[in-house]
Amino acid sequence: MLTCKEFMQELTDYLDEAVDIELRRRIETHITECPNCFVILDTTRKTIQVYKGMQPQVLPDEVQARLLKAVERKMAARKPGTSC
Amino acid sequence: MPVTEETSVFDESGLVARARQGDAAAFNELVNKYSRKIFRLAKHITQNEEDAEDILQETFLKAFEHLDGFQGQSKFYTWIVRIAVNESLMKLRKRKSDRTVPLDEPVDTGEDTVVREIAVWDENPEQQYSQEELARILDEAVQSLRPAFRTVFVLRDIEELSTEETAQALEISVPAVKSRLLRARLQLREKLTRFFKRKGDDVFAYL
Repeated sequence: MLTCKEFMQELTDYLDEAVDIELRRRIETHITECPNCFVILDTTRKTIQVYKGMQPQVLPDEVQARLLKAVERKMAARKPGTSC
Repeated sequence: MPVTEETSVFDESGLVARARQGDAAAFNELVNKYSRKIFRLAKHITQNEEDAEDILQETFLKAFEHLDGFQGQSKFYTWIVRIAVNESLMKLRKRKSDRTVPLDEPVDTGEDTVVREIAVWDENPEQQYSQEELARILDEAVQSLRPAFRTVFVLRDIEELSTEETAQALEISVPAVKSRLLRARLQLREKLTRFFKRKGDDVFAYL
């Protein structure tokens, strides 16, 4: 029988599917019997999903242009790997 | 056709080798491939667009300068992530108002994993907010994390590096990555619960 404290310690590995079958079964048994841990698991999973679903960060064109310019200047100044 | 991991790593080592021999086009291809990701990562860690641009430039200039030092044991991306993270943390340390902690701070136990609020969320809570509002809520929640936790969360859950790659990029142990990730996720869950919890549940709180 898994305690709530043990459940919390395994939460991240469980969400990342990095637990073995036996532990996974114990965690899944625990959440069917413990509504609080079920909610914590569910909302933590949604937290990760909502961040993963974020719109990709836009790299402004002028920022990219300045980056390429800086790289170009650097390349003109010296060949790679020749720093002493 | 989807490009397999092996193919992309193979292509990339070729690109890196050519860049190392002074092929400007090859290095530019690497820059174009990763600039958006590095900018996003830097912006998430520093929460500042100007800093993110500085970090973006510094990262690729340092990568160019030290290409010979890149052993090819890790992916090129993991290598530049490490440079970008170091640059980002330096920026944070320079900000006097920001009470930063070093990345290798000892991992404290207990307090950060205390769960204060347990409430069911709406089915699709994010749909109740506009893209701008949602982005602000998510950014502010990440910003409130301590840098050591924030960095791990950004690398693992936003940039989707593996636990091992994150450990390698931050030069910390795998257990430290896991421990910080758990704390970061729980703290964010707590903060987002305020926005995303099912409204009806408030009623029950008063019964």
